[in-house]
Amino acid sequence: MVSAFKKALQSGKFVVTSEVGPPKGTNLDRFKHHIELLKDKVDALNVTDHQSSVMRYPSLGGALLVKEIGGEPILQMTCRDRNRIALQSDLLFAHSRDICNVLCLTGDSVILGDHKEAKGVFDLDSSQLLATIRLMEKGKDLGGNALEGPVSFCAGAIVTPEADPLEPQLIKFEKKVEAGAEFIQTQAVYDLDNFKSFMDYAKQFPVKILAGIILLTSAAMARFMNKNVAGVRVPQELIDEMASAPKGRALEKGIQICGRMIRRLREERMCDGVHIMAIGKEEVVPEIMSAAGLL
Amino acid sequence: MIRSITRPKPEQEIDRLLEGLGRVFIIGCGTCTTLTRTGGEPEVSEMRNHLTRKGKMITGDVVLPVACDNLTGQALKDYADQIRLADVLLIMSCAFGAQTIARQGKKIVVPAVDTLFIGKESSVGLFDEICTQCGTCIIGETGGICPVTSCHKGMVNGPCGGTKNGKCEIDPMRDCAWTLIYNRLKDLGRLDAMRKYHKPRNHQGEPMPGKWMLAGR
Repeated sequence: MVSAFKKALQSGKFVVTSEVGPPKGTNLDRFKHHIELLKDKVDALNVTDHQSSVMRYPSLGGALLVKEIGGEPILQMTCRDRNRIALQSDLLFAHSRDICNVLCLTGDSVILGDHKEAKGVFDLDSSQLLATIRLMEKGKDLGGNALEGPVSFCAGAIVTPEADPLEPQLIKFEKKVEAGAEFIQTQAVYDLDNFKSFMDYAKQFPVKILAGIILLTSAAMARFMNKNVAGVRVPQELIDEMASAPKGRALEKGIQICGRMIRRLREERMCDGVHIMAIGKEEVVPEIMSAAGLL
Repeated sequence: MIRSITRPKPEQEIDRLLEGLGRVFIIGCGTCTTLTRTGGEPEVSEMRNHLTRKGKMITGDVVLPVACDNLTGQALKDYADQIRLADVLLIMSCAFGAQTIARQGKKIVVPAVDTLFIGKESSVGLFDEICTQCGTCIIGETGGICPVTSCHKGMVNGPCGGTKNGKCEIDPMRDCAWTLIYNRLKDLGRLDAMRKYHKPRNHQGEPMPGKWMLAGR
């Protein structure tokens, strides 16, 4: 079965994905609210997998919920918490419940999360997880055994266009494409001229690229990301622009900036779509899309 | 030369481990813990004074030349009387030494240090873990730098997204192994090696606990 998201990628339209983060606990009300709000506006919704190594409701459960509510989930899978046995098993389950899209990630270190003494697994890495999916599609598991019923996924990965140094990341990106990535959702990009150079390079590969857009909520948040988040670089002009917003209007400014960036990416046909991350502010994603002329 | 790198255990932990054990014999090591200043003569002497102040009776102490050596049992015989008087042996060698001593089987041993890794002194006072003895060496393809050890996540196919200015996401003091490997391979004109896909590692190259027998033993 070809997933709705894969069809969107193949259609040539400007694809929009966003993400929802499962809660810490069993109260799913707010999570469900975000899914309901976004499911008909975007082409697919990523469900994060213990984002930042913080223990939460599982991405697999979250993806099922997206499905039940009538949305199109992209199951995020990191290699941090599960070995190859558990990862393959979860892929079997996902396929059996018509979860058709997977984003393969290495995962942050457990040291960055809220269970700092946990064992980080990393039995596989993101490129190996992609290759595993392609192997399982051929009806085999990593142990070389035949599967009673194969899987089928639209599988993707991430890349960091602002990494320093960049070339090792690009080599890894090429490995991911070779391992079977059909789509890439990038780490947040803000300097679109830089991103354009990345796309000039990336366009030669048979993979769809969705530019990562993280909503800026304040100048302080932008500075925090520059200092603490690997591979994210907010240019000074944008920080100044955020700082110029009148008191209480920074979020509005952030939405405006996002909208402007998405509009440019789309108008200049720079990439195949965007992945909007509004970390903690999912309810404003429709406003971002309106500002971008997407709604 | 490789060394066993150790760090002193927190005082409260040692206090807890020694609870109810009034008479203590202290054993240091003249090799690794002397180098790392965690169990040489000065540290053993300081521990003796420290525990005495806490009301412990120190029946004796010794800094063995090499605590993990097979001669340790013999060396301790010279202190048999003082050891006999003790309730516990407080060991200021690494865990190799502590276990060698424990195998003598006569007394409870309590380590005073945590053994961190087998490492190399990269520069004076700085120790790095460069090999975890995994049993499936791949450094022939990574410019002689081990990503299984030097990368926090043990990644074998290139960097994760956590590289920041060539440093690791867990600590700006730690190099990103894949930045080092990239630079080395680039210098050698062998960047193509980085493009090679490595299949999932065999984590049972030598199942834990390792055991090896010489041919014809």
